[in-house]
Amino acid sequence: MSENKSRLQTLFEQGEFVVTGEIGPPKSANGEGIRKHAEHLKGYCDATNLTDNQTAIVRLSSIAAGMHVLKAGGEPIIQMTCRDRNRIAIQSDLLGAYSLGMKNMLCLTGDHQSFGNHPTAANVFDVDSIQLIRMVKRMKDEKVFACGEAIKKDEPRFFIGAVANPFADPFEVRVYRMEKKINAGAQFFQTQIIFDLERFERWMELVRERGLHERAYIMAGVMPVKSAKVAAYMQKNVSGMIVPDEMVTRLKNAEDQQAEAVEICVEQIKHIRKIKGVSGVHIMAVGWEEIVPSIAEKAGLLPRPQAAGIARVAG
Amino acid sequence: MIIAEQKPFEEIAKMTANFDKVLLLGCNECVTVCLAGGEKEVGVLAASLRMLRKQGDRPLITLEETVTRQCEWEYLDQIEKLAEEAECIISMACGVGVQFVAERFPDKWVIPALNTKSAGGSVKHGIWEERCGLCGECILYKTGGVCPVARCSKRILNGPCGGSQNGKCEVKDVDCIWDQIYKRMAALGRMDWLMEIEPEKDWSKARDGGPRKLIREDVMISE
Repeated sequence: MSENKSRLQTLFEQGEFVVTGEIGPPKSANGEGIRKHAEHLKGYCDATNLTDNQTAIVRLSSIAAGMHVLKAGGEPIIQMTCRDRNRIAIQSDLLGAYSLGMKNMLCLTGDHQSFGNHPTAANVFDVDSIQLIRMVKRMKDEKVFACGEAIKKDEPRFFIGAVANPFADPFEVRVYRMEKKINAGAQFFQTQIIFDLERFERWMELVRERGLHERAYIMAGVMPVKSAKVAAYMQKNVSGMIVPDEMVTRLKNAEDQQAEAVEICVEQIKHIRKIKGVSGVHIMAVGWEEIVPSIAEKAGLLPRPQAAGIARVAG
Repeated sequence: MIIAEQKPFEEIAKMTANFDKVLLLGCNECVTVCLAGGEKEVGVLAASLRMLRKQGDRPLITLEETVTRQCEWEYLDQIEKLAEEAECIISMACGVGVQFVAERFPDKWVIPALNTKSAGGSVKHGIWEERCGLCGECILYKTGGVCPVARCSKRILNGPCGGSQNGKCEVKDVDCIWDQIYKRMAALGRMDWLMEIEPEKDWSKARDGGPRKLIREDVMISE
């Protein structure tokens, strides 16, 4: 294993249908919750995203959170946004994260700070997500920092992830920009949460037309929506997301909304799995992590496969 | 042009509360065009301040003048006598004018009456929009003449980000400028340009590189 590949990358290369989860670090200096969640997801997810101050709210750092996941025996996918760090801080954090054993890096632009709890903060956006992806790739493949200076030894060798949003506009541009991310160095994608399967399928058609599914692994983002109330809230307040009315109605009419939420999510996963070019599913449970095992089971995603040459993640 | 708007009246009144004779100084350039600090606004503000102070027991004497440009010494030289008469100068120019006035009249207290907003223009009556980010290295030739530095909330150079929906930015009431850039480039048959990865910008040319100074020896006059 001279390449020292991540478990995530290895599973993709084995042709598995990969499952990832997500943990949002707490607004406190206590990592116990993260470790608990990580242990809970073990055996049900192949790797776990650690969000980077999501929606611009101050939280325990994604890299520190990744350390808690590693300690719990899980595999972290570190999220890195461009909102809060310039190119110096970003590269420093990349070196730091890799030195701690983190091997997957998901590169994003980041939500604007006006959404968070410090709306008067300055933003950075020294680089954007595409420039960040290229920076991580050049560090690995060309062994150079962004300025061109050589990294003399021990360069970070991340498996590079990016996000794609089939529900943002202009629709056709979404695929171009995804291709641009691949050209910059993205190796896998996690999409925005999918509720509108029809639009996702149209988007995947465009992806296949351009052969992008053969150049990067695409994971479809799903989310179990706990109640009709939450669904209605997301429909109104979350940008870059399409929540169909039928879903809200279906949850509202259900006797047991939580059971219905699981049922909807499982149906979506089963449907998504049949779409050509989709290599996995990213389950964003957002505060409802304990439901992930039951979704994974009902969706027929268990048992999780072993990655050849890599010790089975404990648990 | 530089776009500015007048500070709330209460704020200006508070800043002038300890003075009895003030000079309100307008500027005939940008702030006249954006209806914030020209001759007319000088008159209105002076009258408002006098009326307010008349209600109390400390009337205010106002001197009024509007110069061609506050950002040029020769126009400030013309008001030297007037400035001497006043205890303080209320500059109704942009931040540049305020500082030129303070530097030209070092023994006078100077009060800014405006908030300087941006470099832009009027898109229709009553609406002024930012257009230039003053980044110091223009990239408009790559983006169809539409500036993402000034007009994208995240000033990203490889947009649009995932927050773009129906031509709108994820940040409230803002148009997605990358949506416009893409549409314009597509219409002009230049989509291939946008597939090029725009590299990291050299922000040292912008304000990030420290205060900027332009030197042109070819137009300097030797003394």
